[in-house]
Amino acid sequence: MGRLRDWLYVQNTGGRLTTLLLFLPPALMIFTLFAILPIAESGLYSFYNWNGFVPLADGGRWVGLRNYEQILGHSVFHQAVWNTARIVIISMLIQLPLAMVLAMLIASKSAVNNVFRLIFFLPFILADVVAGLIWRFIYDGNYGLVAAITHLFGLEPFYPLADQSWAFNAILVVVVWKYFGYHMMIYIAGLQSVSDDLIEAAKLDGATPIQIALRIKLPLIWPAIRLSIFFSVIGALQFFEMAVPLVQSGGPGGSAHTIVTYLYEYGIVRSRVGFGSAVGVILFLVCVVFAFTYQRYVMASHK
Amino acid sequence: MQHIEQSSLVSRSAKWGLLLLTALFVLLPFWITVLGGFKTLGELRVAPLALPRTWDTTAYMDILLSPTTWRMMMNSLIITGFTVSIVLITASMLAFTFSHMKFAGRNYIYSYVILGMMFPGATAILPLFIKVRDLGLLDTYAGVILPQVAFGLAMSVLLFRTFFEQLPKDLFEAALVDGCSYGRFFWTIVMPLSQPILATVGVFILVQSWNNYIFPLIMLNDRAVYPWPLGLMEFRGQYGAEWNRILAYITVTIMPAVAFFLYAQKYIVAGLTGGAVKG
Repeated sequence: MGRLRDWLYVQNTGGRLTTLLLFLPPALMIFTLFAILPIAESGLYSFYNWNGFVPLADGGRWVGLRNYEQILGHSVFHQAVWNTARIVIISMLIQLPLAMVLAMLIASKSAVNNVFRLIFFLPFILADVVAGLIWRFIYDGNYGLVAAITHLFGLEPFYPLADQSWAFNAILVVVVWKYFGYHMMIYIAGLQSVSDDLIEAAKLDGATPIQIALRIKLPLIWPAIRLSIFFSVIGALQFFEMAVPLVQSGGPGGSAHTIVTYLYEYGIVRSRVGFGSAVGVILFLVCVVFAFTYQRYVMASHK
Repeated sequence: MQHIEQSSLVSRSAKWGLLLLTALFVLLPFWITVLGGFKTLGELRVAPLALPRTWDTTAYMDILLSPTTWRMMMNSLIITGFTVSIVLITASMLAFTFSHMKFAGRNYIYSYVILGMMFPGATAILPLFIKVRDLGLLDTYAGVILPQVAFGLAMSVLLFRTFFEQLPKDLFEAALVDGCSYGRFFWTIVMPLSQPILATVGVFILVQSWNNYIFPLIMLNDRAVYPWPLGLMEFRGQYGAEWNRILAYITVTIMPAVAFFLYAQKYIVAGLTGGAVKG
């Protein structure tokens, strides 16, 4: 007893044990209960056919890997994965280059540049549902901007969101509209750490502005670029809220589904807990595999 | 010489052209939305871009005078207020044990928490719903707050830990020699020095929570506890094609965010991108 007390006394110098006992549990408990346990339970539920209204032991039917087989063989799911990939592709080809060009144009500090920065960043602070709803109006073939344009040229009313080949492209425009300013700000923060001396020296050596941008600035802000690529992929993988006001049930013929809208439509709306959980597990695996490989091979590499 | 001037003229007009065109692309939807709320339906149909012929404030007044609007704003305020406070307190305490204390399994626990950064809340939404339901927390603020906290913790702990580790080590050693306990050191020395990181993390969580739609959508069924994004979608469902009302409603609901952004732009940009760049 005496020894234990002595040991505790030493261990608790400066209130060490007390502090650990008070500081560790709150965050760890909330995190475990509401983030880790649910994803672990997704793993369990995904092997069942279950509506969630009765306890799993009574109403759940073990189906093994059937849910996974169904999902991986479902053409709507293939479309959802492809659309998720399209968000990443558009991001790489249009959004990030646009953000980079704008960042270089307005990276220096001045009042005018500051106004442009504020304007470009503004859509990012909106909720995704608001961005979606505003553009839902713009795309309305009867009222919005699209209606005004078709009216002007005397064309038939056109509803891009109801058109199978246009719906998802229309959504991609909203994605760029809302997020390019965010990536631009990441690049501006990166550009501000590039030393002015370096740029001056390059100018003295006769480098043109374009050479400076491509050969000096771009390589130096690679850390900011790889970070913004990471965020745009993670953003694409969880894309959901913006789509809700724009298209219902994945748009015309399910052509505008992404992975999470697919999960919502086939898991939550139809009360298929097992099926939805299996989609969640697939999404989880994709996220973790991507995050680990990206951290290991891109983020960890020097420069 | 003239050649250089010409090319700089071309590149300068290209620069301004691109900036103005992008600004137009960004601002046009805002312009249409704010003005749309002042128009009649008929006018909205023929002239979505023009200034309203008469500034009809009925739609705006209806919304501003409706108690529902204010109740929803209040609900959002409560949910966001609790989410931000709980994240700031619990994440900073946890991060402090990682940065200033040695204990068995520290690195494992840290990796465990950081795992939370790798998957979005949507992946676990169904079991999360069942858990919240079984705890009896559906249709309560707590049913939205706790999942929001859980999915905000990882990034916050990372940011706090990075900041705490940059605090001077001498400070800590001197305090311990003077017999200051860990707890007192944290509350009286570390916290007052941490205002920049508290602001960064606070803004980051605040914006996420204020704008969050998926958790309230799943957890809340009772209109009395709806935060504003759910209220907005409900309003949209109720008024269908009365776009002038819906646009007015959008304008009213984005006002707090826009005002806060203009008022605290430095902190917001730092909170939403600085955290990213440092992390």
